[in-house]
Amino acid sequence: MDELDRVLVNRLQEGVEVVERPFAAIAAELGIPEAEVCGRLQRLVDDGLLTRFGPMIDAEALGGAFTLAAMSVPAHDFERVAGLVNAHPEVAHNYRREHRFNMWFVVAAERPEGIGEVLKAIEHETGYRALDLPKRREYYLRLKLDAGAAR
Amino acid sequence: MTVAAMERNGLDPVDRRILVATQGGLPLVPRPYYAIADRLDISPEEIMRRMRRLLERGVIRRIAAVPDHYALGYRANGMSVWDVDDPRVDELGQQVGALAFVSHCYRRPRVLPDWPYNLFAMVHAATRLEVAERVATIADLLGGAARSYDILFSTRILKKTGMRLEGRRGV
Repeated sequence: MDELDRVLVNRLQEGVEVVERPFAAIAAELGIPEAEVCGRLQRLVDDGLLTRFGPMIDAEALGGAFTLAAMSVPAHDFERVAGLVNAHPEVAHNYRREHRFNMWFVVAAERPEGIGEVLKAIEHETGYRALDLPKRREYYLRLKLDAGAAR
Repeated sequence: MTVAAMERNGLDPVDRRILVATQGGLPLVPRPYYAIADRLDISPEEIMRRMRRLLERGVIRRIAAVPDHYALGYRANGMSVWDVDDPRVDELGQQVGALAFVSHCYRRPRVLPDWPYNLFAMVHAATRLEVAERVATIADLLGGAARSYDILFSTRILKKTGMRLEGRRGV
């Protein structure tokens, strides 16, 4: 990842407008061809530095809901449970964390009732209880990580 | 999705097809909406018009690069969790959320006795030590209003796809 990649990642986390050529503005600003912006983005995706470039969908604006769920899973059973949890398309993210509650996942459903249904199914399939910790209030969503700061 | 739910959300079958086709990522070409138009047999103008509308309504939060913070060098990801006095949690949550190093800050319910924490603040940094230093700053800010706290470091991403719509419903 070079300096141009870093600028691209930082700038493009803020989002682009829906226009015919969404990469033209940043290409002009950086003084490189649009095709190079696209090529760099593709490489960043292929290398895993970006998980994707595209629309980020908000379940709540769709009339659905999100929740954060936590489970306490014994180490010997962790892989099996992770497989069962991740198999649900409504599970958007899942992280292992160092804590008694060691599996933390976000459930996003198109219908609010979908959250409870998915959590119930997961509890039933895995045999472990899932804490349901829905967001009550959001205090500010910072848009970006600084791709330049950590390296 | 039922007809009633579709009317409530205003996500008609064409919107859904467009979102399903793009949610995994746009084609990284100079005219991505033209590439999608070819695939979906919808005009590029119609795709752009609908995506603008979805952005305005907030169904699409933004069209952006989604980084993998581990790959970017933010190897330490600490979810700091706090048990804050209920009457003060909103006021203090605003202040914590405004800290530059806090990427997300939410109030969530306690689930007693297992889970006493009602405020969540996500802190990313290059090292765990840096995360701990940043969390100490939050502890100073919260002062006596926080009865206890913990930091849950992530050790592995098990899944990160983002919200996915199902393609088959309503199509």
